[in-house]
Amino acid sequence: MKLEALVEQLGLEPLTAKDKLDVTVTGGYASDLLSCAMAKAQAGNIWVTVQSHPNIVAVASLLNLAAIVITENMTPDPATLEKGGQEGVPLLLTPDTTYVTVCKLYDQGVHGVD
Amino acid sequence: MPELTRLQELIYELEVREVMTPDPVTVTPDTSMAEFREILREHRISGAPVMEGDTLVGIISIEDLIKTLAEGQMNVTVGERMRRSPITVPEHKTLIQAVVSFQDHGFGRFPVVDHRGKLVGIITQGDIVKGLLKRLEVEYHEEEVRQYRASHVFEDISSDRTCITLHYHVNAQDFDRAGEASSRIKRVLNRLGAPPQIVRRLAIAAYEAEMNIIIHAHTTGEMVAEIMPDRVTLRADDAGPGIADIEQAMQPGFSTASEWVRELGFGAGMGLVNIKRCADEMTLESPPGGGTHLSVVIRIDPPWFSNNHNGSNQQRSSAG
Repeated sequence: MKLEALVEQLGLEPLTAKDKLDVTVTGGYASDLLSCAMAKAQAGNIWVTVQSHPNIVAVASLLNLAAIVITENMTPDPATLEKGGQEGVPLLLTPDTTYVTVCKLYDQGVHGVD
Repeated sequence: MPELTRLQELIYELEVREVMTPDPVTVTPDTSMAEFREILREHRISGAPVMEGDTLVGIISIEDLIKTLAEGQMNVTVGERMRRSPITVPEHKTLIQAVVSFQDHGFGRFPVVDHRGKLVGIITQGDIVKGLLKRLEVEYHEEEVRQYRASHVFEDISSDRTCITLHYHVNAQDFDRAGEASSRIKRVLNRLGAPPQIVRRLAIAAYEAEMNIIIHAHTTGEMVAEIMPDRVTLRADDAGPGIADIEQAMQPGFSTASEWVRELGFGAGMGLVNIKRCADEMTLESPPGGGTHLSVVIRIDPPWFSNNHNGSNQQRSSAG
């Protein structure tokens, strides 16, 4: 599944790295604990979280994640956006809850990887 | 899946606006074909968008001019010969979409528009090739030369045992820069050409060690990565309060992080667990009042590059 298609299907709002949407998403992961994401999220995964501070970008960049979906419209502060742009990590905003976002992603064929 | 070449990747990375010709020469529907011929000659171009005020109404090309010449009707206007409602390419699309448009429609050029549909440029297949070559050249000079040099460093240096040591200062409570040291370590490993699995394991271990210093140390800590052909050793030292019960600290979910730190998503009590999972060897010492000292070894087997003392000889004998 292409990230760009997911952005369109779920109506996600790309906030950063809009040139990095043409990648294949290898699966999904959801948690608000950074160390859990660090342990389980795989390269190319889309990560769903309500966290919006700059460190989520560091986690995504270290793991080569495809994108971060920030749920419940938790609009990131400028430092997060700046870092997302620098590291080329797409930050995608949605008003949906994490649960609803994961359900929608599953419907699009994005499954968990363990 | 076949490995993508850098060129293929770039087609998916670069945006149309990065390679297009901005502010193109335009004509109006009233322009005569004779005038249009002069414009093409003067600007050395092969086509132009047709504008009525701010609105893009058509596109006209050298093919239209040749047809008009053949018919000997050079007094007709551009408006009569142009292609109306031309197919446009949005500026923020990646090059692959422009490439597909060229394949699908067979036109020589497309007007490029912004999100409001306003003309911002023009793109030809030549622009795409030029843009790709330019970017490849720039990247070649930047990253590839660096990577080439870096990956040969062990071969170029003659010693019995070569080790690259990287030192990073990590400030306690500096959440804004959290992850920076690990990112830099990861970049070095990539440049040296380390296998992706090794890079991933080291990146995770380094990140968690860095976070531990930031969350718990109260002062400046230090991370040191020692890179050798057959192993990477990561040490993280701080003079913080230390760990009262190491065995308890190693339990998944155990955390002494404060409430506000946890609200940021840190302090999951998984840090040391993650480090252990990524390490081939791990030692953690925290003598009373003596800070915390973590050492992690990740073995690289087989070694990803050979050092001068052993490797070059082996390479020579296998080549001969």
